Amino acid sequence: MMIENTTLSIQDVRYRYGENEAVRGVSFDVAEGEIFALLGPNGSGKTTLFRLISTLVPLQQGEITLLGTSVRQQPAAVRGQLGVVFQSPSIDKKLKVLENLLHHGRLYGLGGSALRRQAMAMLDRLGLADKAKDYCETLSGGQRRRVELAQAMLHQPRMLVLDEPSTGLDPGARSDLWRYFTGLAEEGVTIVLTTHLLEEAERACRIAIMHQGQVAAIDTPAALQASLGGDSILIRTAEPQALAEAIRKQWDCQPTVVDGAVRFEQPNGHEWVPRIVEAFGEQVQAITLGKPTLEDVFIARTGHRFLEETTTDETHS
Amino acid sequence: MTTSTIATRHVPVFPAIGTLAWRELIRFFRQRTRVFGALGQPIIFWLLFSEGFRSVDLGYAYQFPGIVAMILLFTAIFTTISVIEDRNEGFLQGVLVSPVPRWAMVLGKVLGGATIAWLQAMLFFLLGWLTIPEIRPPMLDVVAAIALMGVMAIALTALGFYLAWRTDSSQGYHAMMSLLLFPMWLLSGAFFPADKQSLLSYLMMANPLTYGVAGLRHHLAAGETMGEAWLPGLALSWGVTLAFALVMLAMATRVVEIRTKGDFK
Repeated sequence: MMIENTTLSIQDVRYRYGENEAVRGVSFDVAEGEIFALLGPNGSGKTTLFRLISTLVPLQQGEITLLGTSVRQQPAAVRGQLGVVFQSPSIDKKLKVLENLLHHGRLYGLGGSALRRQAMAMLDRLGLADKAKDYCETLSGGQRRRVELAQAMLHQPRMLVLDEPSTGLDPGARSDLWRYFTGLAEEGVTIVLTTHLLEEAERACRIAIMHQGQVAAIDTPAALQASLGGDSILIRTAEPQALAEAIRKQWDCQPTVVDGAVRFEQPNGHEWVPRIVEAFGEQVQAITLGKPTLEDVFIARTGHRFLEETTTDETHS
Repeated sequence: MTTSTIATRHVPVFPAIGTLAWRELIRFFRQRTRVFGALGQPIIFWLLFSEGFRSVDLGYAYQFPGIVAMILLFTAIFTTISVIEDRNEGFLQGVLVSPVPRWAMVLGKVLGGATIAWLQAMLFFLLGWLTIPEIRPPMLDVVAAIALMGVMAIALTALGFYLAWRTDSSQGYHAMMSLLLFPMWLLSGAFFPADKQSLLSYLMMANPLTYGVAGLRHHLAAGETMGEAWLPGLALSWGVTLAFALVMLAMATRVVEIRTKGDFK
């Protein structure tokens, strides 16, 4: 898919930690003003990709460009146009909110009264103006995340990258966060974020589904769901393999067995429920009909359930 | 495809170094217990050693330069523990993805820590000046001693930075402190002189801190005799201390180019 006004371009990027190849040939472009989600469970390579885009780790193979400038050749120029929000907070809890922003601004070449004005404007926009003189350690998790955002956007970067931005936020704070993202995107800021939350990814303009270091699918949430065609049918049964085989023979469709259940997509799913119950009523313990979710898309594209593959060592995710 | 090009943002490096140093100072002086701890312990040591060694004629004035070195060393160590904290708390990654070059980050943190150490040493120096009549050197020596304290502070903070960067936990750093830094202070001629030609004296000669302590001794307590004990000359003391600072800064700057797992926290 050709993208107009490309802000971020990723071409055949690979990355390995020792023997473990965490990113295995990823390519995609992100347009100006787009909200782009990297969706995947832990260990899918999305955090490594975040580290590469944010310039925290140097590229090993492939190329990443921001507004046509290579991360490899001009990292300092790229960094000046990049706002980064990490999963673990990078603000100094022992400093006051405004002090954190002033400190951060000087690292980006801002200074003087212009910096102070800009910092106050950022705090105001994020509803933190009255917290400017508070120590960061006294703030709630949601407020700290907003300080992080104010800090990341302080130097008015063209792109904001975030690693699991809604981790630890309550639903209200999460909504506020997305409202802020939408506002930024309308101003032309490109937003790239990682998430393992399906319902969060649905709010993005486009999603890249990551699986085992590769992009399994990339499109708008609606297009991804539509790509499965019609409805999603899920059957619980004692012997899923046998039932899947029987369904395949009888109707020439392609059911799969995922996590002990038979599932397949068909248009007019409601017609299929009685059909299956009549033919295999004995074996069916439960049957569920629904519109395809992003989880269904993930299952269809990867053959795996979208589970938290708990990895103890985040470094290798 | 790409319609816009990137605007290179010019980041002046000195304000960036300044702000990193400023943060170290703010963090330190806001934690009052650290301020008192860093000054209180050396004062207690000074009283105890001076009283204890009085029988062999090594009194308050003799112990003074060594205690100054101790303040510099210990404050430098405690401020560079913040390298490990910054990393574990996530603060460091924000600095690492900013346009500031890594060597500037080292310089910012080292100068911040060194300033704290130097200020603490100055306070102690003032205390000595006010209480001990033997510690009233000529003005030129006072200025030189203050400058030497600054160079020593930079050398020791850079050493602390280097060790902290290579350590993952503050427990590991404490182990390093007991095994390396504390003996380094004991073997600097700080509170007992070296016998000539003994194993201990060779260790002392190899210890760069010995020369800092000796330099302070020349400037601040020249009259304090130590019998036949070996003491490097003033020029040698300055030369080695300056070289110590430069080598440590170079090592700290080099070590940050090594990316460790700690970068990812």
